[in-house]
Amino acid sequence: MTAPFGRRLGEVSANRASGGYRVFSLLDSEGPPPEPGQFYMLAAEREWGEGGERPYLPRAFSVAMAAEERGAVRLDFLAEAVGPGTDRLCRLEPGERAWINGPLGRPFSTLSGLAPGAAGAILVGGGIGIAPLAILRERLTRGGVPQRVLLGFRDREHSGGLDDLFPCSELRLASEDGHAGHKGYVTDLLAVMLEGDDAGTSAVYACGPPAMLEAVRLMCAERGVACELAMESPMACGFGACFGCAVPLADGGYMRLCVDGPVVRAEQLETALVAGAGHR
Amino acid sequence: VTDTFCGLELDHPVINGSGTFDAIAAGRTFGAELHERFPFSAFVSKTITLEPRAGNPPPRLWETPAGMINSIGLPNKGLEGFIAADLPVLAKLPVPLIVSVMGTSPEQFTRLVEGVAAETAVAALELNVSCPNVHSGLIVGEQPEETLALLEALRPLTEKPLIVKLTPNVADPAAVALAAEEGGADAVSLINTLKAAAIDPATLRPWLGAGRGGLSGPAVRAVAVEQVRAVSTAVGIPVIGMGGVTNGADALEMIAAGATLVAVGTENFRDPAAGSRVAAELANLLEQRGFDGAGAARGASLDSPAGA
Repeated sequence: MTAPFGRRLGEVSANRASGGYRVFSLLDSEGPPPEPGQFYMLAAEREWGEGGERPYLPRAFSVAMAAEERGAVRLDFLAEAVGPGTDRLCRLEPGERAWINGPLGRPFSTLSGLAPGAAGAILVGGGIGIAPLAILRERLTRGGVPQRVLLGFRDREHSGGLDDLFPCSELRLASEDGHAGHKGYVTDLLAVMLEGDDAGTSAVYACGPPAMLEAVRLMCAERGVACELAMESPMACGFGACFGCAVPLADGGYMRLCVDGPVVRAEQLETALVAGAGHR
Repeated sequence: VTDTFCGLELDHPVINGSGTFDAIAAGRTFGAELHERFPFSAFVSKTITLEPRAGNPPPRLWETPAGMINSIGLPNKGLEGFIAADLPVLAKLPVPLIVSVMGTSPEQFTRLVEGVAAETAVAALELNVSCPNVHSGLIVGEQPEETLALLEALRPLTEKPLIVKLTPNVADPAAVALAAEEGGADAVSLINTLKAAAIDPATLRPWLGAGRGGLSGPAVRAVAVEQVRAVSTAVGIPVIGMGGVTNGADALEMIAAGATLVAVGTENFRDPAAGSRVAAELANLLEQRGFDGAGAARGASLDSPAGA
């Protein structure tokens, strides 16, 4: 389903702390429900570009969860205040409104679409990148697709969203400081999993920082495991207009991450180390 | 009131800046609603070059106070690819199509203008002259002599309107505009982006993959208004004013500075339907102020109105 043409205002229905992150919710009364992996361009209605300052452009956010609420689609987003745009969005108060454009971009494939014959899915998330895996997990669960969820965090201040976004889920955790689960990287957990029979029977969905995605990409390529990565890149528009979100392709040239992604097949990529990802 | 521009009948005076809206990608994203509520009264394509271009290495964007820097590098399918793949889709848009072309020599420009102008779906051409001529090493749009010579070479090739996109990175944009007019241009559009750079605070190296880029958005609007004013005072051909237009009041300012049409650029990134909103706000403002259409307000700020 296509997105409504033009940005629109959605009411903020909730904004709560979740570990070191915020989870805020917007009510979209016009758009269709998003597919897992799709994203929205978001900006606060007030205090956004006022006085000629940053933030000026809307910010791209993968949707973490969607549900019907009060006759609208409630969209949940996971956020961390790392710059003027995310800072403003983290301060949204219930009753305020925010500009919404979306749902945008190419979603995650179904398991059979990604790897015909695969018995189950492995979801690998890092930091704020766990967001799109939450809605993906919900969709897979509803479809009866077995899945395992591996999530990694840097430290307690850079973690959250677990209770909000992965309720009643069996999670395998990793943290660099050892505050939760395995002390180390989430890709350590994936490596162990792919050592066994899983490499032949699973497909991998991943979202996280560029270094994590690159490790997942190389690991899956080496073992011939089908893999999709949800990525980020500096993005001005989100709908193919600005050509700013260029990501280099394995066979030369670039894709526009907003319309050809943000979910991409790992083998399409020259590298997952996207220049400029994480700009504040 | 319809607006007439170089013989084209337009529903309103708001179009898009080249490279700020991809009607094909937007059609895939927004579906039939895009055509039903098409935001511009004419559509300007992204710039086409003779050969395909991949564009600049990322990062390509940097947000600034009230604006952004881009260094996209004109990725496009090349003339053949454009005509084969893109033109059939753009031909179905509900508004006239203006195709932007850029060559690095008069010979390249000749082939582009001949190839594009021969297509019936193309209503007008915009010449992107913000690129060096390989023969002289000079950026065409920075030199009145180069601009005049290019127009003299291209003018005989087509009767379709030729619009010259002016760069703001010159001391005297009106001199270049006059050269374009003397060479037979039907209109000029301005401003292109202002040369700009950003330094990565972590590495203290240039942030953009290509080292530098162009600034756009409200940050450049006051510069654009002055250049539109200066050019409109100098030339008799119509002027398309752009640079940081975000609402109807900004559009009216451009018109009062002498613009016949106004283009929305960076604001499209914030709101895909910005063109319709700006056009509606402009129409309201014109009515409130007692102007019978944009033409009646054109050049209101000028001592000697454009074309007088």
